[in-house]
Amino acid sequence: MKDRLLTPEFRVVVDHQRCTQCHRCITGCGWGTLSCNNGRIVADDFKCVACHYCVTHCPTGAIVVEEFPLAFKPHANWTVGLRKNAWRQAQSPGMLLTGMGNDQAYPIVFDHLVLDACQVTNPSIDPLREPMELRTYLGRKPNSLAFDSLGRLITPLEPQVKLETPIVFAAMSYGSISLNAQKALAMAAEECGILWNTGEGGLHKDLYPYGHCATVQCASGRFGVHSGYLNAAAVVEIKIGQGAKPGIGGHLPGEKVSVEVSETRMIPPGTDALSPAPHHDIYSIEDLRQLIYALKEATDYSKPVSVKIAAVHNVAAITAGMVYAGADIVYIDGFRGGTGAAPTIIRDHIGIPIELAIAAVDDRLRQEGIRSQASIIAAGSIRSSADVAKAIALGADAVAIGTGALLPLGCRVCQKCYTGNCSWGIATQRPELTRRLDPVLGAERVSNLIESWSLELKEILGALGLNAIESLRGSRERLRGVGLDNTTLEILGVKPAGR
Amino acid sequence: MVIYGLIRENRKGSLLVDTQWEECLARVDSFVRRTFPQQNHQLPLSRALYEWQEQLRQRPRSIRLDAEGVYYRILNKLVREAVNMGVGAVELVNVNGQRYIGDGLEGPVRIDIYGVPGNDLAAFMDGPHIVVHNNAQDGVGNTMNEGKVTIYGDAGDVLGYGMRGGKLHIQGDVGYRVGIHMKSYRDQVPVIIAGGRAGDFYGEYMAGGVLILLGLGKKNEQSIVGDYLGTGMHGGVIYIRGQVPQHRLGKEVGSSPLEEKDRALLIGYLTEFCADFALNLDEVLAEEFLKLVPVSHRPYGKLYSY
Repeated sequence: MKDRLLTPEFRVVVDHQRCTQCHRCITGCGWGTLSCNNGRIVADDFKCVACHYCVTHCPTGAIVVEEFPLAFKPHANWTVGLRKNAWRQAQSPGMLLTGMGNDQAYPIVFDHLVLDACQVTNPSIDPLREPMELRTYLGRKPNSLAFDSLGRLITPLEPQVKLETPIVFAAMSYGSISLNAQKALAMAAEECGILWNTGEGGLHKDLYPYGHCATVQCASGRFGVHSGYLNAAAVVEIKIGQGAKPGIGGHLPGEKVSVEVSETRMIPPGTDALSPAPHHDIYSIEDLRQLIYALKEATDYSKPVSVKIAAVHNVAAITAGMVYAGADIVYIDGFRGGTGAAPTIIRDHIGIPIELAIAAVDDRLRQEGIRSQASIIAAGSIRSSADVAKAIALGADAVAIGTGALLPLGCRVCQKCYTGNCSWGIATQRPELTRRLDPVLGAERVSNLIESWSLELKEILGALGLNAIESLRGSRERLRGVGLDNTTLEILGVKPAGR
Repeated sequence: MVIYGLIRENRKGSLLVDTQWEECLARVDSFVRRTFPQQNHQLPLSRALYEWQEQLRQRPRSIRLDAEGVYYRILNKLVREAVNMGVGAVELVNVNGQRYIGDGLEGPVRIDIYGVPGNDLAAFMDGPHIVVHNNAQDGVGNTMNEGKVTIYGDAGDVLGYGMRGGKLHIQGDVGYRVGIHMKSYRDQVPVIIAGGRAGDFYGEYMAGGVLILLGLGKKNEQSIVGDYLGTGMHGGVIYIRGQVPQHRLGKEVGSSPLEEKDRALLIGYLTEFCADFALNLDEVLAEEFLKLVPVSHRPYGKLYSY
C-alpha cells in the first residue's frame, strides 16, 4: 500500500458473525479481492470493482459492498473522475482503457421523448386478445411490387432475414466475451427467432449449428473470415466502426488469444490480434461497394450484406453512400455503444447520440428516395422496450442490444471487461471463470428478457392503436419531446409535448 | 440449397442424374432473367449463355467461355455453377475488367483467364488455381484462404489483403499496399512473390506469411520498393532481392542476414516461381537477399494504462 495516489472505489464489508468460512467468495472473485487471514475473510478493497459476485453467491448473506466513504474536496470542474484518471496515468503511463458504453452525463434524448396513446376518438387495441405483429424483415425491399393475373408476386425479392421481434444482439466477439457467453446469446437468438452477431472474432466450431441465426462480421483484421464462415451465416456484416470507438482499430492482447480463441480467429495462439483502424481495402464509397459485392459474390447473393458504422457527425451522408454502395442493412451504433475494450477518452468523447443519428439517417434516405433499399439497425444504448419503440418510431427497422443482453448473464456494468477478470464468466477467457457461466441457463434468462420486452412492445403498440410494428416505423408523429430545444426537435422531426 | 448438398456428395464419388444438370441450367436461367431483365437477345451474353449451356449438357471436364460483353454477375454465376457441377478446368477468353472472378470458390479447379480481369480477383477464394495470361488489377487474393493465382504480367494495389493461405505469383510489378495484414495459421502460410517492384506500404501490419520481392528487370536508379515498408509488422517474413535504404523501412521492422534455413525456404518458393515464368533459378538466387522481420511481436503492447 505504499505511496499510492489512488484510493479504493469500493469497500467490502464481511459480517464475521454470519460468515461460515465456506470460502465461496474467495474462489468466486475473479479479481483476487478476498482472502483468508487467520481464519477470517479479509478484503483488499483496491481490487474490488463492485461486480457483486461474492454478494450474490454468499450462502449466509454475510458480504456487503459499499462505496468507499471518502470525501473529495468538491469541484464542479475537476470532477473526481478526472482527478482519478490523472492519478492512474501518473502511476501507470498509457492510454486509459475501459469497457461497456459511455458513462458520462450527456443528456439522454430517449428520456426526453414520450409516446402517444389512443383515447376516445381512436380506439386502442388489446394485445391480449388481438394479434399483434412484431415480425420484422431485414434486407433490401423493392420499390414497387408487381403481380401476375393470378395474383402471384412476380417482382424478384432480394434476400430477407426474418426477425420475430425487432431486436438483435450486438456484435460481441469470442475473445471479448467467453465462448459460454456467446453460446448463451446464440441459443437465445435461436429460441427467440432473432440474430446474434459474432463480432470480428470468427465463428467457433461449436457455434456453426447457430450460424443460421448469426450475423458474421468481416472487419479490418479479417479474423476467421473464410468462405465457410461467410456461407454459414444469415447475414454478413462489414464492420467499419463501433460506437464506443469510432475511427480506431482494436487490439486483442496476446494473453487473451488462447488456443480456442486462436482457432476461431485463425491466428497463432498468444499473438496480438490487431485490427487496423480502417479496412486498408476501403478508402472510399466505391471501395466499400467493391467489398460488399465481393461478399455477395462469395455468398452467391444468398444473404443480405450489412455495413456497420459508428454514428458520427455526417452519418446521414455516409449512410446514403453505403446504401448506394449496395448495403442491404445499415447498422448505426451511437456514441453510447458498448465495447469490450476502448480507450476511455475515445469512448467518452467521440460520436453522436443514436437518437439524432436515426432521425438524420431516416430523413436523408427518404429524401434520396432510397429508404426502402436498406433496413436500419440502431444501437448504442437501447435500455428498455420503450427505447426500442422510440428508436423504431424515429425510423429504425430494428435495434441491437449488447449491454442489455449481458445483464441477464449477471453483468453489473463494472466496465472492467478489458481486464479479462470478469467474475461472472462473461468478459474473460480464464477457464475457472468461464465454466461457471451455464449457457443453457444463460440462454433462458436472455430469452426471458427478449420475451418480456416483446410483450411490453405489444402493449405499447396496443396503446398506440397499432397492430404491427411496421406501422410504427418512422411514425414520428407518435412521439413528442419534453424539455428538448427547438433545434433538437427539428432534427428529430418531433413536436414538443402539448402541440 | 438442395442442389449444393447433392453436388458436394457428387465430389465424393456418387453420380449425378440428368435432372440435376437441368436444374442447374434452370437456376442460371432464372438468375440471368433476374439480374438482366431487359436483356437484348442480340447481346454477346446470349451467345455466351447458349454456348455454356450446350457445353455443360455434354458433362465436360473442361469448359470454355467467351466473356466478351458478359456482365460480371452472370459471368461469375456461370463459372460458379460449372465448378459446382464438377468441371475441373475453366477457360475464360476476352475477359475485360469483369470483377470478382473466383470469389469464394472452393475446390480443385483451374481457371485460365485471357484478357485483364477486374478488381477483387480470387477474393475469399478457397482452393482453385487461377492463371491470368495478362495483367491483373487491384485486390487480387483479398482474404484468400487457399489456392493459387499466377499472373503473367503486372498487378495493382492491395494484393493479398488479410490473406491466410495460398500463393500469389506475379511475374511483374505490384502496386501499393501489397500483403497488408497477411497472417498464417497452423500449416497455412500465405506467400506472395512478385518478380518486379512494389509500391509503398509493402507488408504493412503483416502478421504472418511470406512476401518475396525480386526486382527483376529493375533499372539501376529505380527503388525496388516504396516507403513505409513493413510498418506495424508483427509477424511473418519479407525477403527482398537487393538492398533497401533504411529510410524506407517502417520503425517496426529490422533487417537481418539470411540464415541457412531462409535460403532453403527461398529455394523452395522460388523454384516454383521460376518454373511458372520460365526463369533461371540460379540467376535469381545469384544476388543477395535482405530479410526483414518484425522487431517485436507486440508492437502495440505498451500503449495502455491499467
